[in-house]
Amino acid sequence: MKAMTEAELQAYVDGALPQGSRPEMEAWLASHPEDAERLRAYTEQDTVLRALYNPILDEPVPATLLAVRPGRWRTLAAAAAIFALGIGLGWLVRGILIPPQMMPLSLARQAATAHIVYTPEVRHPVEVTSAEEAHLVRWLSKRLGTALKAPTLGALGYELVGGRLLSGTQGPVAHFMYQDARGQRLTLYVSRQKGEPSDTAFRFSQEGRVSVFYWVEDDFGYALSGELRRDQLLRIADAVYKQLNP
Amino acid sequence: MDRHSIIEHIPRLRRYARALVGDRYVADDLVQDTLERAWNKFYLWREGSDLRAWLFTIMHNVFVNQARRRRLEIEQAMDELPTTVARAAPGERLEPEDVDRALRTLSPEQREVVLLIAVEQLTYEEVGRALGIPLGTVMSRLSRGRERMRQMLGDPATVPLKVVK
Repeated sequence: MKAMTEAELQAYVDGALPQGSRPEMEAWLASHPEDAERLRAYTEQDTVLRALYNPILDEPVPATLLAVRPGRWRTLAAAAAIFALGIGLGWLVRGILIPPQMMPLSLARQAATAHIVYTPEVRHPVEVTSAEEAHLVRWLSKRLGTALKAPTLGALGYELVGGRLLSGTQGPVAHFMYQDARGQRLTLYVSRQKGEPSDTAFRFSQEGRVSVFYWVEDDFGYALSGELRRDQLLRIADAVYKQLNP
Repeated sequence: MDRHSIIEHIPRLRRYARALVGDRYVADDLVQDTLERAWNKFYLWREGSDLRAWLFTIMHNVFVNQARRRRLEIEQAMDELPTTVARAAPGERLEPEDVDRALRTLSPEQREVVLLIAVEQLTYEEVGRALGIPLGTVMSRLSRGRERMRQMLGDPATVPLKVVK
């Protein structure tokens, strides 16, 4: 009689032994009662384990697990991407890793983070391209609950690449991306800023190598980010503001 | 991206997590971290490949990372476990509580393999891929894990007096 290997004995318990090897196995077990008893015990253990844990399949799934969705991981992905890029914005990461409810990120930081994460994307910088600009604006307007507008910056050398929907600390965020002939990219981040007093003055923030001009108007925050000098970005921010507030 | 395809697997991920870590809340945290990573890496999943096995791989990685951080806590918890699981008489039916306690005495590596095969009913090859270990390692962990549980549940005389870490 051919001796059975331990792997074959285990496979027999799991019904994974090829059909052809079973008679041999059964003959082996008939003449080796210790092995037969051992396999019987394993089978019983497995049966009890399944009886113990199968009822979990019928439990209602907690809402917190159903609520996990791409919007939430984007924040984590943003943090991971910043690590990966290694661009020395350590303080940004610290801000992101603290749960939003504990430390709301400033508009400028959130905008700079989104800028850093999405502008290096070559293949998927946006979800909806400028070819479908009308659809893009309608979609993002609907999600933000306000009539948005994608500024036209062609006169300044920047064309709309497209946009995407992001998740910010205050809910949905519309993110528009522009690019000039050299591939230099700008992003416009629009999010609800509930409870913030309107402050149409431009504010400037240097977030690592990203410059950000931002302002708050009628419960919405706007932030224009780019790896540009302050005066260069100001010119564009001014144009954006004028178009959004004719 | 098909959100429903991942959601469909949540009950099975919860079952496996609960069996793996024991505590309900710790288990659901593990599932939550797994889902977050899955969404994060969804673009890496190849259409047509086994989504469930892929999710188990992610859960394994999250579990291992957490286990590394919590190694001390786990070792302390192991110390508090009873070193023997009494069974009244040979031939008597196994008590679920005893089987669960025996399961807890396995090393996390053995427990993963035993559960993926016995409860999740993955094939040996799928377990090897999910855990990133060769088939031979799957078989030896399965064999040792099952045998250790049997010893714990069997004749008290054969039960080792000290939990081997």
